[in-house]
Amino acid sequence: MYAQMVKSTGKGVILREEMSPEERAFQDRIDAGEKIEPKDWMPAGYRKTLIRQIGQHAHSEIVGQLPEGNWITRAPTLERKAILLAKVQDEAGHGLYLYCAAETLGISRDEMTEMLLDGRMKYSSIFNYPTLTWADMGAVGWLVDGAAIMNQVPLQRTSFGPYARAMIRICKEESFHQRQGFDIMMTMARGTDAQRAMAQDALNRFWYPSLMMFGPSDKDSVHSAQSMAWRIKMNTNDELRQKFVDQTVPQAEYLGLTVPDDSLSWNEDKGGYDFAEPDWDEFFEVISGNGPCNADRLAARTKAWDDGAWVREGLLAHAEKKRARERAAQ
Amino acid sequence: MTAEWPLWEIFIRGQHGMSHRHMGSLHAPDAETAIRNARDVYTRRNEGVSIWVVEAAAITASSPSAKGPMFDPSESKVYRHPSFYDIPDDVGAM
Ligand SMILES: [Fe+2]
Ligand SMILES: [Fe+2]
Repeated sequence: MYAQMVKSTGKGVILREEMSPEERAFQDRIDAGEKIEPKDWMPAGYRKTLIRQIGQHAHSEIVGQLPEGNWITRAPTLERKAILLAKVQDEAGHGLYLYCAAETLGISRDEMTEMLLDGRMKYSSIFNYPTLTWADMGAVGWLVDGAAIMNQVPLQRTSFGPYARAMIRICKEESFHQRQGFDIMMTMARGTDAQRAMAQDALNRFWYPSLMMFGPSDKDSVHSAQSMAWRIKMNTNDELRQKFVDQTVPQAEYLGLTVPDDSLSWNEDKGGYDFAEPDWDEFFEVISGNGPCNADRLAARTKAWDDGAWVREGLLAHAEKKRARERAAQ
Repeated sequence: MTAEWPLWEIFIRGQHGMSHRHMGSLHAPDAETAIRNARDVYTRRNEGVSIWVVEAAAITASSPSAKGPMFDPSESKVYRHPSFYDIPDDVGAM
């Protein structure tokens, strides 16, 4: 997902008998559905895992602007351009909500940015794929935002208050993202042969990377088990992936497009589709930095950070000068 | 590395004559910029008609560990609620 493969600390779920009294009281609060707030006592592992997870999520929102930003100047109509601009602006907002949530845990915004730029923190693998045609704007909204929604909706109930509140705000805005993407796909699927082919090609390229967004199967992962006990992860990766496929396949059929998976078939017994797993070797390559656009994405973020330095410094200096002048006038 | 812009807490009054509500926070060099940024970050869909910004460092918060002594005493004072009193139906609306 936007936060893939976030490792919690330690070797697995801590047993109740092994917990300190504070840890036990903390777990009881979570089990009772209480929200944990920034100044409350929390285990160091909870704090650390959440910083990684929320930080990665925030970075994904910010880096996620790049593949779509690529098409703002080339949108086919003024209306589409305004819509895409609004969508990309929302993603900037999502990044900011999430950075603020992470900051309440005691890490600074600058630290997180530096960790992204020097590779200590990650962002979602999906944003390392290029957006080659206008139809990709449709596929990204429909599939990528669709997959994000699948993960973010349950996170509205996560145990950490600031994270849950950021998710609630984000979820309110995401539905527009998915619908505008599907709207682009509908328009193209009903268009000329060339437009239909473009839509199909976008689906072909984004299908498996979208399935990868949920991360590899984690049903045996001790990290995931601990995160689920802490309610900072609400479902297994496989559960969410299945839900996403079940929701998306009929939508593809509606569009008259073909999901690029020959093995796809309805399984009556489980009440869901059987489908092919993405190529996990490719996934591991992409998250370790070797995807098609990793270098470009990081270069763009680094350039924005470096080029913005004089603005950050200048405005701060100006604010200080103004304050000094006001003090002198008093 | 230079210092970060300070953190501001953002309060917004919605459309319906409600009080300003805490919406979240953001970084900005000064109060005016904080208001401008808050407009872009928190009111992209008509969520507000008025914005307050307060530097986060200026807020004093009650301590979470004092939650019990602070708030428990009001729990037992049920007589502060109208439902505590049994008024016969004959009296009419009250
Ligand atoms: Fe988003
Ligand atoms: Fe989105």
